[in-house]
Amino acid sequence: MSDHHALDLASIRASLAGTSGAAYWRSLEELANTDAFQEYLHREFPEAASEFTDPVGRRQFLKLMGASLALAGVSACTKQPAEVIVPYVRAPEDIVPGRPLFFATAVTLGGYATGVLVESHEGRPTKVEGNPEHPASLGATDLFAQAQILALYDPDRSQTLKQQGDIRTWSAFLGALRGVVEAKRAGRGDGLRILTGTVTSPTLARQMAEFLAAFPAARWHQYEAAGRDSVRAGAQLAFGAVVDTRYAFDKARVVVSLDADFLGTMPGAVRYIRDFAAARRVRGESGGMARLYAVESAPGSTGAKADHRAALRPAEVETFARALAAALGVPGAARSSVPVAGQKMLEAAAQDLLASQGASIVVPGDEQPPAVHAVCHAINGFLGNTGVTVLHTDPVASAPLSQLQSLRELVDDIDGGKVDALLVLGGNPVYDAPSDFRFGEALKKVAFTARLGLYEDETSAACQWHIPEAHALEAWSDARAWDGTASIVQPLIAPLYGGRSAHDLLIGLSQAPGRSAHDVVRETWTRAAAAAGALDAEQYWRTALHDGVVKGSAFPLKTVAAGNVFAAIGPPSPGAAGLELVLRPDPTIGDGRFANLGWLQELPKPFTKLTWDNTVQLSPATAHRLGIRNEDVLEVAAGGRTVTGPAWIVPGQADDTVAVHLGYGRTRSGRVGDGVGFDAYRLRTSAGMWAAAGATVKATGRRARLASTQLHHDMDGRAIIRAGTLDQYRRHPHFVHEMEHEPPKTLTLYPAHAYEGYAWGMAIDLNACVGCNACVVACQSENNIPVVGREQVAKGREMHWLRVDTYYKGPAEAPEAYHQPVMCQHCENAPCEVVCPVAATVHSDEGLNDMVYNRCVGTRYCSNNCPYKVRRFNFLLYQDWETPSLKMARNPDVTVRSRGVMEKCTYCVQRITRAKIASEKEDRPVRDGEIVTACQQVCPAEAIVFGNINDPESRVSKLRAEALSYSLLGELNTRPRTTYLAALKNVNPVLAGTSGQHEEGEQK
Amino acid sequence: MSQTFHPSANGIARIMLFGLIVLVASSGYLIYQSGRSPYVTRAFEARQQPIQFSHERHVAGNGLDCRYCHTSAEAAAVAGIPPTKTCMNCHSQIHAGSPYLEPVRSSYANDVSIEWVKVHDLPDFVYFDHSIHLNKGVGCTTCHGQVDRMPLMWTVKSLQMEWCLDCHRAPEKYLRPREAVFRVDYQPPADQLALGSRLVRDYQVKSLTSCSTCHR
Repeated sequence: MSDHHALDLASIRASLAGTSGAAYWRSLEELANTDAFQEYLHREFPEAASEFTDPVGRRQFLKLMGASLALAGVSACTKQPAEVIVPYVRAPEDIVPGRPLFFATAVTLGGYATGVLVESHEGRPTKVEGNPEHPASLGATDLFAQAQILALYDPDRSQTLKQQGDIRTWSAFLGALRGVVEAKRAGRGDGLRILTGTVTSPTLARQMAEFLAAFPAARWHQYEAAGRDSVRAGAQLAFGAVVDTRYAFDKARVVVSLDADFLGTMPGAVRYIRDFAAARRVRGESGGMARLYAVESAPGSTGAKADHRAALRPAEVETFARALAAALGVPGAARSSVPVAGQKMLEAAAQDLLASQGASIVVPGDEQPPAVHAVCHAINGFLGNTGVTVLHTDPVASAPLSQLQSLRELVDDIDGGKVDALLVLGGNPVYDAPSDFRFGEALKKVAFTARLGLYEDETSAACQWHIPEAHALEAWSDARAWDGTASIVQPLIAPLYGGRSAHDLLIGLSQAPGRSAHDVVRETWTRAAAAAGALDAEQYWRTALHDGVVKGSAFPLKTVAAGNVFAAIGPPSPGAAGLELVLRPDPTIGDGRFANLGWLQELPKPFTKLTWDNTVQLSPATAHRLGIRNEDVLEVAAGGRTVTGPAWIVPGQADDTVAVHLGYGRTRSGRVGDGVGFDAYRLRTSAGMWAAAGATVKATGRRARLASTQLHHDMDGRAIIRAGTLDQYRRHPHFVHEMEHEPPKTLTLYPAHAYEGYAWGMAIDLNACVGCNACVVACQSENNIPVVGREQVAKGREMHWLRVDTYYKGPAEAPEAYHQPVMCQHCENAPCEVVCPVAATVHSDEGLNDMVYNRCVGTRYCSNNCPYKVRRFNFLLYQDWETPSLKMARNPDVTVRSRGVMEKCTYCVQRITRAKIASEKEDRPVRDGEIVTACQQVCPAEAIVFGNINDPESRVSKLRAEALSYSLLGELNTRPRTTYLAALKNVNPVLAGTSGQHEEGEQK
Repeated sequence: MSQTFHPSANGIARIMLFGLIVLVASSGYLIYQSGRSPYVTRAFEARQQPIQFSHERHVAGNGLDCRYCHTSAEAAAVAGIPPTKTCMNCHSQIHAGSPYLEPVRSSYANDVSIEWVKVHDLPDFVYFDHSIHLNKGVGCTTCHGQVDRMPLMWTVKSLQMEWCLDCHRAPEKYLRPREAVFRVDYQPPADQLALGSRLVRDYQVKSLTSCSTCHR
């Protein structure tokens, strides 16, 4: 938007107060209804998008047009250029060209594994899918796992081993390394240090143990930017020992989340989303619904799904936790004399928890201080949840320790001159270590530094040796999931650039340097076979490799009991005045390691729908108080450090907090990520890793231009999201259909078409969708969807076939949020089909709306007619035709589109065709569930279901028959094949009828 | 006053008008036909290959079945060109020293693939699946012609979309029993339409004319 007036909170409130019934809104600008917004809305593409304003460009364009016109007539008569077929010399046994193979492996995030099946075409991986047999996946993945394909083929990955800029060989490095290490042998390794991230790999742990046995004075440090130190410290406080905690959300009836984004970013989140969706599923008459209370500082997926939510400042979360314990009657919890922020919700939650002992969960966020974790352990123990819904195991991480302390000791030792050689395996500590450690300067003081990394990034620039790392899809390894289940990581392709893994490095340090990573991993598991009592170690190894899971390797549950937690944590610290800074990993970039992946940079973030930037988030009230508008560039100061970044007002953010996301502002990530956003790590100190008090913001007077897709494709006043409460559904199941009137099926001029045979349809359950965006990246990976860049996104030209829209309901300070994935609805009465002058979009006899790229001439009339605005046009040549590694990433079953053609969701017609052909060859009909679209496959919540609506027994037919089922914009008589199931909230009657279902942070 | 136009102008004008119509119609017809002509489609044009492999010698002469080399035709979308190893199965023994087969031997020895010219080349935006066609009774020689009489490979059909649609709209004109799909000596019987209709019913062949059948 070109101009923003300071949003007038009073008029926003007034416009909301005047509405009765469900009034949904998408952005604060819509509520304020500024003139600029109206103007913006009425043009499908914003001002200056359609004008060709660059003068030199225009001249060139006309020249090209003239030339093209001359050639146009000739093009029809030319012969096809000759192509060659290049067969194998010796064909590999299993590879059939055109038929992909699937291999089971695992990808890790923060050390924790998710089992995946990777689709491989002719020996190169093209798509990551979940492994149905892996407990952390059950067939789904998160968005980061989907983006790993792009990370593998990223052309900016480091390709050469370098020593201070000069290219060297692996043997030269090994020689230097062994020389340094051997010199330390006499001193038993004193001065040798290895820094890694969180390690769950049994093989790597074994290698490290062997190394440390040979060099007892050497030390292994760990540091992970988005680490789980609080989890470990909290467990230590509560149980006296470090244990891992995981949750069984499918068994819980009441869940209280204390800033725990268990539906977003925690290890095991993919599984939690599925379990939670199962607990919330209402079908027909049956099905209760778990109730979720959430406390959050910055809006997250969990808070959006909550039935009751309170936006609290970080310090208030601990107060809330203690007060909750007191309200429940946990021994040792002191009652506070003043009501805490969120008091009403707290009391209702306490009542619910007491009524669901043994079937409830109180879950603390990974970013909360250890005291909150300890209090939650006490509460869960008191409620009898331990062992039922709250499960404890031995720590999954191989050598759990306080990573912050470990890094601090390393820096102190470097400063004390005690470190002579440091190996950094993975991670990027120069970029993401706490800023008060000054790790970049410290590194320069070490005599011998070597860095194993995927990119030549900030840390590699500070080290002497840089060794290109083999990507997870190129290397042998193993890893554990959050419940302990081990998976073997197998390579899908030989290392593209001769990369090495951490295993290779440790082998180089060991007594037997000639071995390969495959050998050591195999050795780990053949030994484990013997320990597991398997008769045939080879069979054990092959089965584990084939399945992607080592059966029975989940850690057994531990029985622990919380001690006197409140004595251990001491009294609460007094709150501080002023703004509180909240630091969180970015929802689409993570901790910064994915900054160079265009898919993730362009992915609209869950609530702000921003792309290509991070922002300083403020609540509407705080912004109003400080006189800050969207896109004002602010200077944020905390702990004596400042960063500058653009402001973004986020409804639902806690008042008097400032939220920034980590992972941006990279300087050496590659051509995509460099210079994008601002580096929030500079505000992060060891004293305040996730929150800091005493922050200030100041407007600099400058403005930024941000690309948000939130304002694109606004659909005003219509019942797009339909939601209600469980009570409403029970009393009046068909309330959804009364929100809008759908015309009868006979209302059409066209003759009715009978769909015999297959009729494809899809049902999307809005109650299950958490807005995680995994489906968007999966669609991008499967269908070769290009990345267009910030400029084009600002013009509304993002190419995602599937988008997740977010709608708010309620007051601007504390709204409810709903997510809705929208893709081509494959309307039976498609408005796009009747207007194409060249019949490039036609209806198939199974109900698909076909898009034929070779006929499309780029009129864009179809997109004009589409009420859902799901058709994406290639205004420019967005695809990269040249880069060889990106060509390998593409799915060969889907056309790669050039400029000037329209594209849209095809219901994964390539998968439909593959299944149909397979079934026809076997003389049987396609089974329900045999065709799984890319979005359906990857959805952790099982929110998307695809199938044959002509089969009354198929899952999709049953979902269409549900009372909650409705068509998006069905009143336009488009008859979409995609239907939605309305979202429900399980509102506590005690809290209903108060100021919305949500509470503001401050009880003034 | 004198006439601007000579009386012959009348005749000339009529001839010109008539001629214009004939010219437009005939040039339209010529362009229409030329687009289908073997000049453009390269039908019946023997294509030079890096090794002059003779299907006539191997199929008619030695009796090889199509599937000996084109192994994935029944299983997958792509029928496949054989790897060099398939050639060497025989040619390590037969004509093992022939100079004509030197490229084969050197490919095998040096692990460098032979780059064959693609004769049956559909445009890249067409996704054709061999296996389903074979499964439904479309014979190899129906589309590829009498391969056993080709010393060098050429196409016998235009491979244009209208040719595909000709069969897709009425499969009974071209189907043959599944057992006969790989026979090069198969001749369609006199009652092809009756036989074809029966096969359409038995093999549950659908007349697939939706765009997404081939274009995605």
